[in-house]
Amino acid sequence: MTQEEVCTQLKTQFGDAASALSETKGDRFVVVKDEKIVDVCRFLKTTTGLEFDYCQDITAVDWPARKVIEVVYHVYSLVHRHGLVLKAETDREKPSIATVESVWKAATWLEREIYDLFGVNFEGHSDLRRILLPDDWVGHPLRKDYQEAGGYHGIGNERQDPLVQLSKVTDERRKAVAAAVAAAAVAAAAAAPPEPATVPVAPATDPERKS
Amino acid sequence: MAIDMQLDRHILRRTESSDEEIVVNFGPQHPSTHGVINFVTQTNGEVIRRSVPDIGYLHRGLEKIGEQVPYPGYMPFTDRIDYLAAMFANEGYAVAIERLLGVEAPPRAKYIRAIAGELCRISNHFISVGTMAQDIGAATPLTHALRERESINDLLEELCGARLTFNYHRIGGVAFDLPEGWAVKVLRFLDHLDSYIQEWDRLITFNKIFVKRLANVGIITREKAIDYGLAGPNLRGSGVNWDIRRDMPYGAYPDFDFDIPVGTGRFGTVGDCWDRYFVRVREMVESSKIVRQALAKLPEGDIQAKVARKLKPDAGEAVGRVESARGEMLYYVVSDGSEKAYRLRVRTGSFMAMGIIEELSHGIMVADLIAIIASLDVVAPEVDR
Repeated sequence: MTQEEVCTQLKTQFGDAASALSETKGDRFVVVKDEKIVDVCRFLKTTTGLEFDYCQDITAVDWPARKVIEVVYHVYSLVHRHGLVLKAETDREKPSIATVESVWKAATWLEREIYDLFGVNFEGHSDLRRILLPDDWVGHPLRKDYQEAGGYHGIGNERQDPLVQLSKVTDERRKAVAAAVAAAAVAAAAAAPPEPATVPVAPATDPERKS
Repeated sequence: MAIDMQLDRHILRRTESSDEEIVVNFGPQHPSTHGVINFVTQTNGEVIRRSVPDIGYLHRGLEKIGEQVPYPGYMPFTDRIDYLAAMFANEGYAVAIERLLGVEAPPRAKYIRAIAGELCRISNHFISVGTMAQDIGAATPLTHALRERESINDLLEELCGARLTFNYHRIGGVAFDLPEGWAVKVLRFLDHLDSYIQEWDRLITFNKIFVKRLANVGIITREKAIDYGLAGPNLRGSGVNWDIRRDMPYGAYPDFDFDIPVGTGRFGTVGDCWDRYFVRVREMVESSKIVRQALAKLPEGDIQAKVARKLKPDAGEAVGRVESARGEMLYYVVSDGSEKAYRLRVRTGSFMAMGIIEELSHGIMVADLIAIIASLDVVAPEVDR
């Protein structure tokens, strides 16, 4: 089934809650009203002829200008070999959307990742905890306005230019080596009596050589 | 006699249920976890009540970095997503950006990508099956596997100058053409490989102890595999005949003739650890077939399409999918018309595989958990990105 046909089915079932297929360049997508997302997903999975049984990816995109966070679903049907991109928008100030865990189990971990990195609250999720970052991390890094907190428990997230650091280290080492050499020379001069002048050495003769 | 009885009681204590439950941190530093992953495991003696993976130790924010560097500059970062099969991480990113820009790599570049990718798949699968044998308790196969992998690393080093983090693909092509005389060396290695796989099968695949340790362990049914979004060999091990190379073709793959091995439950049930293992061994043979065909049909021509120096794709979004060694690798790129990605998402096979471990862990033995982790072939940096 082509994407257009899937869209037509969605339109007849959900009316205005599902938009038409987008006209953007690249991949096209359908925007769904966020309160209908579970119904739409279940409809896509269970309807004969559609059977989107394989959830390839769920992710999110932050749009501060439009004041929304888009949750993006890439779904596919291994039975009929067709795919679709669904999007649902949620308010950026208080992002919250129902979980589709009951439709695809794959959503459990994918939604946890979005919760962690975007701060979207998935209502009814069975295990909504941070997944990649520590539990006491402040903020949601993939949001566009995320400010780094300047470190985590004393571990800084800034460092000097490594080249500057390296040149400082080599300078110090060079100075230390020079100082050590000078000190050794002074010590040697103080401890040892002056060496006699070089003894003249007889020119080496090669015994095998027959002149 | 008394000692025997004590032993019996001891064994009973360890295998039958009692009230002595403890929580073990299996990881983050453990030889069997394949990287820095922690499995918080609640056990009752040898029997696991449940095991919850705790990930994120290797999170480097690679998706955030993708929003901060220009498109071509992100290529070396993709190597770090999956260091055991970096060719696919390169290729997936290149494919995604090419789709966004609407350019296509020239045929020769596509063939070279297929050759490099399949060699990389063989090298990755050797690590996977070798470490799996080692986790189970067989030490020798890993040394054999590493030896074979070194030969491939030598070949890839000659091709692109690096052994692990290749940075070989470019948006619209590849960085270097094949070196002089390289194809002959590859063919010589493949001749060796084809006979070596038979030796490998005699060495470990059909080894009775090995089969007993894996057959009927960690069974993932077809439905469950699809529901949890597993990908690649893990999905095919459960009997799902699905491969991006054939079903959503990209690059030069439509030109090649190859089979897609699926799990059959030969020694146990479809979707057990042995099936997933065997799919990987068979895939090495198929990869060898693909490389041979690609070298035989390698077209002449450019290796790089004409691409602007400063890439500014139109606003829009695109998905690049490749069949990585660990299954479908999906790059989702959103562009706002500037020279940096507005959003870059990497979906990896390992992440999805980690999601199913808790479900599989109920009521299994500790040693079986190790077999399951090894059979799913999870790689920590790919999970955490």
